[in-house]
Amino acid sequence: MEFLRPATWDEALAAKAEYPTALPISGGTDVMVEMNFDVHRPSAILDLNRITELTEWSIDGDVVRLGASVPYSRIINELSGPLPGLALAAHTVGSPQIRNRGGVGGNLGAASPAGDSHPALLAAGRDVFVEVASVRGTRMIAIDDFYVGVKRNSMEQDELIRAVHIPVADGPQQFSKIGTRNAMVIAVCAFGFALHPKNGTVGTGIGSAAPTPRRAVEAEQYLQGVLAERGLWESGDLLGTEVIQKFGELVKAAASPIDDVRGTADYRRHALAVMARRTLTWTWNDYSKQIRSAA
Amino acid sequence: MRVTFTANGKPVEADDVWEGESLLYVLRERVGLPGSKNACEQGECGSCTVYLDGTPVCSCLVAAGQVQDREVRTVEGLAEENGELGLVQQAFIDAGAVQCGFCTPGLLVQTDALLETDAQPSDSDIREALSGNLCRCTGYEKIMDAVRLASARKCAKAASE
Repeated sequence: MEFLRPATWDEALAAKAEYPTALPISGGTDVMVEMNFDVHRPSAILDLNRITELTEWSIDGDVVRLGASVPYSRIINELSGPLPGLALAAHTVGSPQIRNRGGVGGNLGAASPAGDSHPALLAAGRDVFVEVASVRGTRMIAIDDFYVGVKRNSMEQDELIRAVHIPVADGPQQFSKIGTRNAMVIAVCAFGFALHPKNGTVGTGIGSAAPTPRRAVEAEQYLQGVLAERGLWESGDLLGTEVIQKFGELVKAAASPIDDVRGTADYRRHALAVMARRTLTWTWNDYSKQIRSAA
Repeated sequence: MRVTFTANGKPVEADDVWEGESLLYVLRERVGLPGSKNACEQGECGSCTVYLDGTPVCSCLVAAGQVQDREVRTVEGLAEENGELGLVQQAFIDAGAVQCGFCTPGLLVQTDALLETDAQPSDSDIREALSGNLCRCTGYEKIMDAVRLASARKCAKAASE
């Protein structure tokens, strides 16, 4: 096994081109578990810790460019304003020690359906992009095109994740996750939800209840229709039980979970409907308050 | 491969390190610092918690090669320079928070880190800060007592200085 320690991003891309099967490591919170238990023995490990720009974020206009290795603890402390949904999701990752090391780049690289970032990224909108690069150049992969199978993403072998581009929140966002305790749990299932009043859309993200993280497309379309038809974006009036209930049912229908050690498919469907109703209620209440206080 | 880094303020060097080896293994088996404990090897238990460049992390999840030229501080580094126990260590003894002792090194480092950022944490802050440290003797109430005691002593010490 080789241990590659590039000092710069260009060196990292060159190393990945030369050793396409090298396993990138940053926080190590997934990779090292596999190494310790001998689940996976890659031909080479590509350490990204020396590349400091991966741990930086910036805001350009209304988009956050989040470096792949910005640890969850810093997302919580520094970005809960512009990225509230992702910050809430980050707070449910592992433990303080894990959050000090792990970041969104690793979640995306592993592409596990249970990754905590994914529902928040999907909910943040269709204009979330994963910035990947190789010696051949840089490309932006839309979040909806990123997850292609169980623990598979649409990256090429010679590519590395540089950053994620996420719109600055223009409305309330929520994240909800089911587990046996508040810390150190892999999600039984999870749900991310965001209101995007500027363009009159809503965002959803389902975790741990399908082969990939996925969006509840029909639930989004239904809710967007109701909000537009009834002028609710402008009035901030109550949604009503029927709308909340229907939204929950559509989110439930969008999932295709399995029975496994963490929970049954039936339980996951049920829990998703509950989380969808709750997150919609929480965010809509926040939004209504904003409308009323602005009036 | 060879890995050189700083451990508790002193330069250390480890030879013949396997590329997939963890920092925890290097500390325990190669540089004579067995204070950090190896329990779960998957970041679940916190027994191997050390400071890496001032941030508490699970040393079982840091690849040895990643600590090249960096600073590590282990539970051994919490003692005073004259060899006496540090404030957090003494509080754990005085509160009776040590049973089998296996989780203690990780709890000490994580508690030290908590009190460095917040000398007077609330109970819920303490529980959240220690949520990644498991005690299989289930002695959590005494551990809570120990952190409160360490907090009180640290605040008293700061006030007297």
